Amino acid sequence: MLFKPTDSYAHDFEVHRDRDACIDCKVCVNQCSYGVHYWDENRKKVMHDSSQCVGCHRCEAMCPTDALRIRRRETEFKDNPLWNSKFIKYIYKQASTGGVLLTGMGCPTDIPVYWDRMLLDASQVTNPSIDPLREPMELDTFLGAKPNSLAFHKDENGKPVLDTKLTPQIKLKTPIMFAAMSFGAINFNLHVAMARAAKECGTCYNTGEGGLHPSLYEYGDHTIVQVASGRFGVHRDYLNAGVGIEIKVGQGAKPGIGGHLPGEKIDARVSETRMVPLGSDAISPAPHHDIYSIEDLHQLIFALKEASEYRVPVAVKIAAVHNVAAIASGIVRAGADIVTIDGMRGGTGAAPAMIRDNVGIPIELALAAVDQRLRDENIRHKASLIVGGGVRCSADVVKAIALGADAVNIGTAALLAVGCTLCGRCYTGKCPWGIATNDALLAKRQNPDVAAKKLANLVRAWSHEIMEMLGGMGLNSIESLRGNRDKLRAVGLSAEEMDTLGVKLAGR
Amino acid sequence: MQYIIIGNGVAAVAAVEGIREKDRTGAIRIISEEPYPTYGRPLISYYLAGKIDRDRLWYRPESFYKDHGVELSLGVRVASLDPKARTVACADGSSYSYDKLLLATGGRPTEIDLPGAGGEGVYRFTTLSDAEALLKVVDKAKKAVVVGAGLIALKSAEALLMRKLDVTMVVRSRIMRNYFDEEAGGLLLKHLEAKGLKFLQGATPKEITLDQKGRASKVETSQGDLSADIVIMAAGVSPEATLAKAAGLAVNRGVVVDEFLATSDPDIYAAGDCTEATDMITGELEVLPIWPKAYNQGLYAGRNMAGGKTAHPGGLPMNSINYYGLPTMSVGIVNPPEGQGFEVERMVDEEGERYRKLVIKNGRLAGFVLIGDIEKSGLFTSFVKFGFPVTEDIREKLKRGEPSVLLWPEEFFEETWNPRPTAQPIA
Amino acid sequence: MKRVYIDRHFCIGCGLCELACLTVHSRSKDLAIAYTVERPQGLMSFKKVFRDGSMCASTGCRHCDEPACVEACIAGALTKDPATGRTVYDPEQCVGCMSCLMACPFGAISKSPLEDKIVKCDRCVELDMPACVQACPNRALMYEER
Repeated sequence: MLFKPTDSYAHDFEVHRDRDACIDCKVCVNQCSYGVHYWDENRKKVMHDSSQCVGCHRCEAMCPTDALRIRRRETEFKDNPLWNSKFIKYIYKQASTGGVLLTGMGCPTDIPVYWDRMLLDASQVTNPSIDPLREPMELDTFLGAKPNSLAFHKDENGKPVLDTKLTPQIKLKTPIMFAAMSFGAINFNLHVAMARAAKECGTCYNTGEGGLHPSLYEYGDHTIVQVASGRFGVHRDYLNAGVGIEIKVGQGAKPGIGGHLPGEKIDARVSETRMVPLGSDAISPAPHHDIYSIEDLHQLIFALKEASEYRVPVAVKIAAVHNVAAIASGIVRAGADIVTIDGMRGGTGAAPAMIRDNVGIPIELALAAVDQRLRDENIRHKASLIVGGGVRCSADVVKAIALGADAVNIGTAALLAVGCTLCGRCYTGKCPWGIATNDALLAKRQNPDVAAKKLANLVRAWSHEIMEMLGGMGLNSIESLRGNRDKLRAVGLSAEEMDTLGVKLAGR
Repeated sequence: MQYIIIGNGVAAVAAVEGIREKDRTGAIRIISEEPYPTYGRPLISYYLAGKIDRDRLWYRPESFYKDHGVELSLGVRVASLDPKARTVACADGSSYSYDKLLLATGGRPTEIDLPGAGGEGVYRFTTLSDAEALLKVVDKAKKAVVVGAGLIALKSAEALLMRKLDVTMVVRSRIMRNYFDEEAGGLLLKHLEAKGLKFLQGATPKEITLDQKGRASKVETSQGDLSADIVIMAAGVSPEATLAKAAGLAVNRGVVVDEFLATSDPDIYAAGDCTEATDMITGELEVLPIWPKAYNQGLYAGRNMAGGKTAHPGGLPMNSINYYGLPTMSVGIVNPPEGQGFEVERMVDEEGERYRKLVIKNGRLAGFVLIGDIEKSGLFTSFVKFGFPVTEDIREKLKRGEPSVLLWPEEFFEETWNPRPTAQPIA
Repeated sequence: MKRVYIDRHFCIGCGLCELACLTVHSRSKDLAIAYTVERPQGLMSFKKVFRDGSMCASTGCRHCDEPACVEACIAGALTKDPATGRTVYDPEQCVGCMSCLMACPFGAISKSPLEDKIVKCDRCVELDMPACVQACPNRALMYEER
């Protein structure tokens, strides 16, 4: 403590220990993976070093006497809207490390949240509302290409028989899925938990780019397997293990760059699953080295369809960037059955802060633009749209579907459900909540039994709320809401914003 | 069904509990020479020392016999046993017939052939009557001599010391030879000497001199004479097998029993200190006069007498004794013979009165001794009892005195703490 | 019969079970007082948390069907309650010989720090669910019929 570097004072958090309440039981000491709390043998007391605190609040949550508060550290630099403390600290840090600023989770900067500027409709008098507790309410969602039209003939009994050959679909009981989070970035316990929760809720989780552990193949009916630029853990059985395959081109938190799972996180199980050597870094290149055009993408999509014998839909996931509408159109024309768009607020296990906070566009605008473009080109039915990156509550889900999404991915929300506090230090591998870590002692903090229950609870709660909101609007099926922007009205938005969103001003 | 149990110690009580698990109605009769309900025999030293009062001696609540439907013949000596007629004849003239009989006759003090040993003021110390007799005289007595060096000798000497007597122990070689090596014995000796107990080591007792009234007045030894108001003869105990022998049952040093605790007569069982049974570690027939084995044999014998057929796993030698504030424990093989592949690890802290000895054979813990620091003894016991492998890494941790459930084989841990749920019928 | 089971794969070694145990067996029923005042006076947790690298386990009395401690008890202080299945300890009767401590191969018995007595889990006789199980934040302790 005496010889700390001079620039370490400007740290983010401060531990407040109520000495009257603290009993020196050392629970905080054994729970903090950053060494903030420690037992001082001389003083015979638990002490702390706030400079190491990342603000995860684990100690606060576990303290049995409620003696701890983690507060932002009030280092008062002189007021300056331009040079605010964030940038001052960034510079201090980089001046001492010479490195890229790393972060985890989604972009925390103050860009507009369009979800909050859109309001939902409800029925009054005419077109009465529906009580979902008394009347049927359909959240069933089908993901995959839909035919241009349906052809029938009648059988000998006069019953209609469908002639059109339908392409494969993923059937969900609710339009909420768990977003792609790779095994490696988060640990095995949470993969087990997501798989179980997806099964319980009749939805899907996404393997992310880290492959699928053999013990999770039994949850295949609720699994979407991902193929990313690193091709980790991709083989024939893997491609046939789930109900969908997703080609990951981009990620909302870090569009344009690849991934890097440090060797320390590659333990035996990760190594086996990813098919990479134990302890070696797993690097996902920024581009797919076999995709340099829509035609290349087309080839990969069909290679995967061949490999899976056309039994499952193939999705392409991209980050929401400036030309997202045109790109999405290309993807649909390349043969994708599903387009997944990840907005700039989407999370990550590790990304350079500059990329995370400055590259990409919000999902609400991207979604509206893509849906509109695909409609304009008359190809909207050829692919389903999944969106993610900043979906916080069931109302966001309803708004996303009204803007044109078929389903949403929840990643950050799912992690919050199991304890994440968005401290953003996922890249250290020391997550005190046992989420973004493969350290055996930390990872066991996520008991899959507990985590699966929480994840399932969240999806169930949101699904109930979605039904309530649908019923309020006089709708009895999520299908009736899809792309129904008339159910949305804007507040506090400019004409251009409303135009892009395709939403009228409230009162109109 | 008529059960008769001869003896009323812990094996007898356990046998009653064992019988009643299986047979709620059969008649049980306990015949015991001692006139008391069952008491914790080792407690007599606590009682003599004044650490506990008489009420605390009783091993089971007062209602035990009534609750378990047991008829008592207390203060009655069994004179003979006729296995053919299946009857027992008592010294008071009564006789009883049985369907199943249990010999739980315990041990009797080993007698040293010493002139004067039968005199007044010369005591044994294995029964409550012995303690009661001593209690009548301890207040007036000044000097006591204890002949012997084992458990009973030491505990009686400690008790008399606590009664403020001047106590000298006459020790032929060294104390607690069967359990402690020289180092451990030395540590204990120092501790007891510091508490005021005197030792005459390497001394052979020659005679107990009696005064004109026939009372013991001094003990003559090879190292000189010791004056004494009280003499305790404590040369250990041996199995009480007189009845069994007379009845023609197989007897070596003790009554020989099989793994079901049956003697050579299928209707006669034996349990406790009177028996000679298979040892858990050595697999040989051994006499093992320790409390837990007596209880457990009694329990199994009771069940088997009542129609069960469960094999007793054998006894594991173990003793936990506190010597004037110094706790000691020994479990399993603690004084291994030379040249049979035993390895010994010893940690001694004389100043802190701490001692730890581990006996290892074939990568397993065969036994251990702990003095002073005994808190983790149970987990050491787990290694002896279950024969867990002791790898180099585990050995280091055991040497440091850090046994842990996390050092157990994983399957055993799971079986112990997290067994798979048994299939539940669907409600 | 319900017992406390331990899943060591999810015991995180936090020690909250020990604190809960301490609290419910204290006079004050107040964690802070139990820990800071009553503990120095001899109050002790019946739970023991073992930690070794990434492995942790919080153990206590298993309330065995045939307990080695009951066998070993010379004073009748440890008995089996056939009605509840608990292994019952009567401190009044205990003489502190520590035979049970030695005999229990599960390390479930501790010596009381200040007196010649033992301490041992009573399975929280007054609670529907033992305090340690209630306190476990990761469901590593389970109270179940198996």
